[in-house]
Amino acid sequence: MTDVLTAPSIDYLALLPMIIVGVAAVVGVIVEAFIPRRARRGLQLTIVFAALVASLIILVSNAGIRVITGGLAIDGPSIFLQGLILVVSIVAAMLIAERSVDPAGDAFAPRVSSLPGSDEERELTRRGFAQTEVWPLMLFAVLGMMIFTAANDLLIMFIALEIMSLPLYLMVGMSRRRRLLSQEAALKYFVLGAFSSAFFIFGAALLYGYSASITLPGIAEALAAKPGESGLVIAGFALVVVGLLFKIGAVPFHQWVPDVYQGSPSPITGFMAAAVKVAAFGALLRFLYVAFGGTRWDWAPALWVVAIATMLLGSIVALTQTDIKRMLAYSSIAQAGFILVGVIATNPEGVAAVMFYLAAYGFATLGAFGVISLVREQSGGEATHLSKWAGLGRRSPLLAAILSLFMLSFAGIPLTSGFIGKFTVFEAAIIGDATPLVIVGVVASIIAAFFYIRVIVLMYFTEPGEDAPTVAVPSAFTTLAISVAAAVTVALGVLPQPVLDLVERADVFLR
Amino acid sequence: MNPENYIVLAGVLFTIGAIGVMVRRNAIVVFMSVELMLNAANLAFVAFARMNGNLDGQVVAFFVMVVAAAEVVVGLAIIVTVFRSRRSASIDEPNLLKY
Repeated sequence: MTDVLTAPSIDYLALLPMIIVGVAAVVGVIVEAFIPRRARRGLQLTIVFAALVASLIILVSNAGIRVITGGLAIDGPSIFLQGLILVVSIVAAMLIAERSVDPAGDAFAPRVSSLPGSDEERELTRRGFAQTEVWPLMLFAVLGMMIFTAANDLLIMFIALEIMSLPLYLMVGMSRRRRLLSQEAALKYFVLGAFSSAFFIFGAALLYGYSASITLPGIAEALAAKPGESGLVIAGFALVVVGLLFKIGAVPFHQWVPDVYQGSPSPITGFMAAAVKVAAFGALLRFLYVAFGGTRWDWAPALWVVAIATMLLGSIVALTQTDIKRMLAYSSIAQAGFILVGVIATNPEGVAAVMFYLAAYGFATLGAFGVISLVREQSGGEATHLSKWAGLGRRSPLLAAILSLFMLSFAGIPLTSGFIGKFTVFEAAIIGDATPLVIVGVVASIIAAFFYIRVIVLMYFTEPGEDAPTVAVPSAFTTLAISVAAAVTVALGVLPQPVLDLVERADVFLR
Repeated sequence: MNPENYIVLAGVLFTIGAIGVMVRRNAIVVFMSVELMLNAANLAFVAFARMNGNLDGQVVAFFVMVVAAAEVVVGLAIIVTVFRSRRSASIDEPNLLKY
């Protein structure tokens, strides 16, 4: 063994956006430890927004950089997806910062360790306690997501997966209302998440055994150098892809999605639904295109099955849901299936289409969960049961119109971002010889359109029930977040060309 | 000794861990089974590093150990919170979220 570990040359400018977010997260933890409670919220908000905006500015000024530095590849897809993660996180941070829609304060328990319904909790609520740990956790999650999309090496990908997931497990369990549901969701998410990351790392071990390299280009070289079947490659590929498909929420690895989406605080659900999907699809694209791009016909059939099952099961099961958060969870499973169609296209058009779809879906989801957090029961909790939403269009026409916009975008109706997203994804799949998949996709979108339209019908054409919910008046944070989401949804539907040009210029992976 | 035996052992440990996650009821035992799976991956990495003649696999093993430790911190925090509010560490008992 004559190998010596040499220090890799690192391009710090290219990594600066990630470094800023990481440092800000650590500073956030120090603030939690040393700054008096009263001053923390303002300080944490400043740190979070400053870090995310600064990181975004540097990322934009870096947009021309194409470099592989250490285990990270800074190329078109990673820069676009990191920018998308940052923008989505800024909007999500506005939703998380909201504290005037719930009469008791923000969406999070005053002290997460206190027992639900205990005297301690009531006392803390009465004294207006608020915990601010959620901010550094959020920054760590954003850091993990950014690294995940750029990871060019299975070890870095695994570490990023964990940096992204561990804070999310905790954030899921922090809800102020319905704590038992929230804790149950956290437990389920954690156990299944840890299980799937064990699959990922064991698969990485098998691929390392085959190719003697943990970098994605190294694996591609080994595959090209020794063609032919090998048990190590098939098993390793399958295990790694299981780990990635779990994060995406594709069938049959979707069981956690409805429970976690329903149990988490709504702002966190919106953040997870939008940002985690972006990061996980970024990693899946890079893994499939860079390491296994040369063996497309060996793995495409397996992913065809997953994509078809995901689209159909997500759309059909969503029909029977009675809780709006759970319905949106199944809708997100179906949307993951549509995005997978773009992944299977395995051409540059597919990469561009997936990136556009992720942008369209991310903003519509954030907006939808922002709206959900405003509709409250008399007791103060969220009114998530669909029957409560009957007749909402008559009492709050603006709110119902905005939610209808997001629903139409999910359903893929023209003049919304969802239509352009579905169109580009299906177009790429036809170019990539996956026409049957497109046919299934169109059928699934028709089924899915039914339950999206049902919400609109419920809001406008149904008599309100006895215990009608109230619509809370939000502060500037949520108002701005929902406005941005609605504006992007309309803009990407009416004038998509600038963004389409952007993703087309950013659709090549560095190898 | 033939390093392939270690790979077989890693596969067996991984399978035992995976079965443990699926059949055991207690959250702590499920969690231990996940750790067993991670350590099976470590063993495979180190054995493959020996077979491939480079050090990458050994480096990975160190990182996986750190990740496993971080996972314990978060996992036990969640399990203890659930235990405190339900007086039970069973995976099956929390069943408010369904359908």
